[in-house]
Amino acid sequence: MAPTIGLFVPCYVDQLYPEVGWASLRILRQVGAEVEFPREQTCCGQPMANSGCAAEARPLAERFLSIFGRYDQVVAPSGSCVAMVRHHYRELLGDRPDLERVASRTFELCQWLVDVRGVSRVEGEFRRKVGLHKSCHGLRELRLGKSSETVGAPYDKVQQLLAPLRGIELVELARADECCGFGGTFAVAEEAVSCMMGRDRLADHEKAGAEVITGADVSCLMHLQGLARREGRRVEVMHVARILEGARLS
Amino acid sequence: MSGRDDILRALRRAAPPPLPLPEWSGRAMRFDDPVSSFLKSVAAVAGTPLRVPDLAAADAAVRGLETWTRARLTASLVPGVGRSSLDLDSVGAPQDLRDLEVAVVSGAPAVAENGAVWIPGSRLGRHRAVFVIAEHLVLVVKAEDVVHTMHQAYDRIRLERPGWGCFVSGPSKTADIEQALVIGAHGARSCAVVVVG
Amino acid sequence: MSAGLPVPPGQHARAAARFVANEVRAHRHDAAGWHLRSNRDRGAGSVPEWEALREAASAIKAHTLSRLADYLEEFERNARQNGIQVHWARDGAEHNAIVHGILAGHGVARVVKSKSMLTEECGLNPYLEARGVEVTDTDLGERIVQLLGEPPSHIVVPAIHRTKEEIGELFQRRLGTPAGLTDPTRLTEAARHHLRQKFLSAQAGITGVNFAIAETGGVVVVTNEGNADMGTSLPPLHVACMGVEKVIPRARDLGVLLRVLARSATGQPCSVYATHFHGPLRGGEMHVVVVDNGRSAILARDAFRRSLSCIRCGACLNTCPVYRRSGGYSYGATIPGPIGSVLSALRDPRAHADLPFASSLCGSCSDVCPVRIDLHHELLAFRRELSGRGLVPLGKRLTMKLLSLVMRSPRLYALAGRAARFLLRRAPWALRLGPGAAWARQRALPSGPAASFRELWDRQASAEKGGLP
Repeated sequence: MAPTIGLFVPCYVDQLYPEVGWASLRILRQVGAEVEFPREQTCCGQPMANSGCAAEARPLAERFLSIFGRYDQVVAPSGSCVAMVRHHYRELLGDRPDLERVASRTFELCQWLVDVRGVSRVEGEFRRKVGLHKSCHGLRELRLGKSSETVGAPYDKVQQLLAPLRGIELVELARADECCGFGGTFAVAEEAVSCMMGRDRLADHEKAGAEVITGADVSCLMHLQGLARREGRRVEVMHVARILEGARLS
Repeated sequence: MSGRDDILRALRRAAPPPLPLPEWSGRAMRFDDPVSSFLKSVAAVAGTPLRVPDLAAADAAVRGLETWTRARLTASLVPGVGRSSLDLDSVGAPQDLRDLEVAVVSGAPAVAENGAVWIPGSRLGRHRAVFVIAEHLVLVVKAEDVVHTMHQAYDRIRLERPGWGCFVSGPSKTADIEQALVIGAHGARSCAVVVVG
Repeated sequence: MSAGLPVPPGQHARAAARFVANEVRAHRHDAAGWHLRSNRDRGAGSVPEWEALREAASAIKAHTLSRLADYLEEFERNARQNGIQVHWARDGAEHNAIVHGILAGHGVARVVKSKSMLTEECGLNPYLEARGVEVTDTDLGERIVQLLGEPPSHIVVPAIHRTKEEIGELFQRRLGTPAGLTDPTRLTEAARHHLRQKFLSAQAGITGVNFAIAETGGVVVVTNEGNADMGTSLPPLHVACMGVEKVIPRARDLGVLLRVLARSATGQPCSVYATHFHGPLRGGEMHVVVVDNGRSAILARDAFRRSLSCIRCGACLNTCPVYRRSGGYSYGATIPGPIGSVLSALRDPRAHADLPFASSLCGSCSDVCPVRIDLHHELLAFRRELSGRGLVPLGKRLTMKLLSLVMRSPRLYALAGRAARFLLRRAPWALRLGPGAAWARQRALPSGPAASFRELWDRQASAEKGGLP
């Protein structure tokens, strides 16, 4: 019996970027996963938690556990939401067996594909020059890849899934994993620095020749796309699930 | 006195449960040829590395340095290498060394990973200022005193108590103006390191 | 004016916006910090066992913090045996009085001082100057900001916010260098001559302390310029100021700590000078002033205790994308950047309630910290602290309460989502008002899809149902 996966589609993905949710669903089904989308889900509570409002985040954390507790695994196309569940729910709810169970079985999409499903072949094509934006939560919390600050053998699970695509050219950035500046409420509370950070990322990608900027977190991409569109930059912004949804993974 | 008691009391009250002190037993970097790596490190920190077979050759090498040949006021605390143009013991105040152009000093151990040389105060004679007030510094070390890393350096060092000691790695420098590296800040403007043996 | 002036605490977002508005300066400052970060990467990368070293450095500090009082007593005992006089100061005021008392007792009117963030924290310079003591900061960057009458904006590179043109102009005014001289080498040369006179005529040298060794009763001071050595080898009186957290158990622990310090700060394998003081100059005196000033209170906090492990390398400042683009002054604190934000907020949460939010929580700081302080998590934890104390702005609190309410009800959530999408499609101008303005001023709004994921899921589910025979 294949494990049943509960698909967690973060609130802003659900409402504003449903195509990313669908792409994730297609990918999971394509590799043979049994996927359910529990309708009662809403939000993991990260915006409240990141504002320090633990009391407001706690009920949402409890909701998440009760909704997703029944699944063998939980997969979400969002590094930051998954990091919230895996690493920060403990700060809200303390040490609890039910939390431990769910947290240890909640994965970001690429993390699940590589670490759990063991995907080793990606057959498909994407004939574009692509800049990979390494979102901070995915990188430094979930360790989807080695951060540029740490010393060790390089690896990157997102890159690992993209690299085999025929025709894809992953460009080399000057700053491989500098923050885009979204940071949740930071994006509006520190608007000036946030936008300068985002623009600097866009300039880096542009200089490296990226036609498409991709990443595993819609929040970062939303911020980068917002800046790019306002400035009339031609670069496209696509979530990694959208790039992979046409491919055959095994 | 009560300030001391208050502070210690506050620190004891605040202390978390005890945590162990680790012994560094990790695999530290090792060099196939530590002396050669030491010389490379000296060059990397803008020092001037020199390798000579014996003390006589060290003397010749030091006297051959351009900074030496141009100098009038020199001091050597290494018998057989260079010479002192003044009697260091009869210098009354360290400030009187202000015009010293070259100081020759010995040290041990020497650290391959970073080009540093440990100079115990007892090797500096009457005024330890001699090593930093001189325009140019020459460090003489023995090849057998070269170690791989700082861990081994601390294994070998005997801290003089009371006393003074200093790791010196290359000439003084700063990058405080637009991160532009400038060699020669307040200490020596150049640092020749002579490895003997 | 062009460098941006120091601001009072609590204004990071506003001050940062002003900093960013000067694009040339902001990019230059950002590039300067990144340059240091890149050098750090190279230095760290050259040590295969780097991550193990960080772990060891972290463990040494954590262990020491669990026995701080014992180690300080051991340090004092051994220091006294070396002929060093040890004083204790509960706060900055006591520290200043003690230092001044030592100087006054020797009739000292001219002092040279090497870099000490602790003395900045205590406001030592103005205290001494008000009592007739001339204090010359001798680190080049510190001397520059001292002559400019401004505080340091970085803990390792104090004048990182100043251009060579500005420094050239300053030196022309104060040191008599030729007009238009901007070459860093020649400016440094001028500073060397100028400060040499100060070293030679100084009656006392004040230094900070990088590490105080309990086992041997000595203090270690680390510089690249040699200014601490000039300042302590010429005048007979040495006063070393240290926070209680600077003590370490044994000399051999320096093997770990000195290997990570300079590499983290500038990428160099070690600093040029690492001086170990175990007593006064012959015929001189050496004093160590041990200072609490709020550190024991931090030690008591489980969530923030580890911030006392800081060895003041500055790596977190250099890597912080926010610090690089807002400049040290925006923080309104003695120490800016990630570590400064934690320490300042701990010292005065009300005054510095803005600082834990002056971060995108990217975590880069935690990954560069040589003693593995979990900086970004401490910043997040402090946000909870602020919320608990009612120090999070009302607007934000109300927004989160409202959001939480909506998110607890799938129906309300779906309704709110549909409404937002409708506005995005039909009346985006409405969303550009009020809170939406901070997004929409510089960024396009997302488009509003006609259907959310769950609406599409429902349709597919009902279509499948409908399609079943």
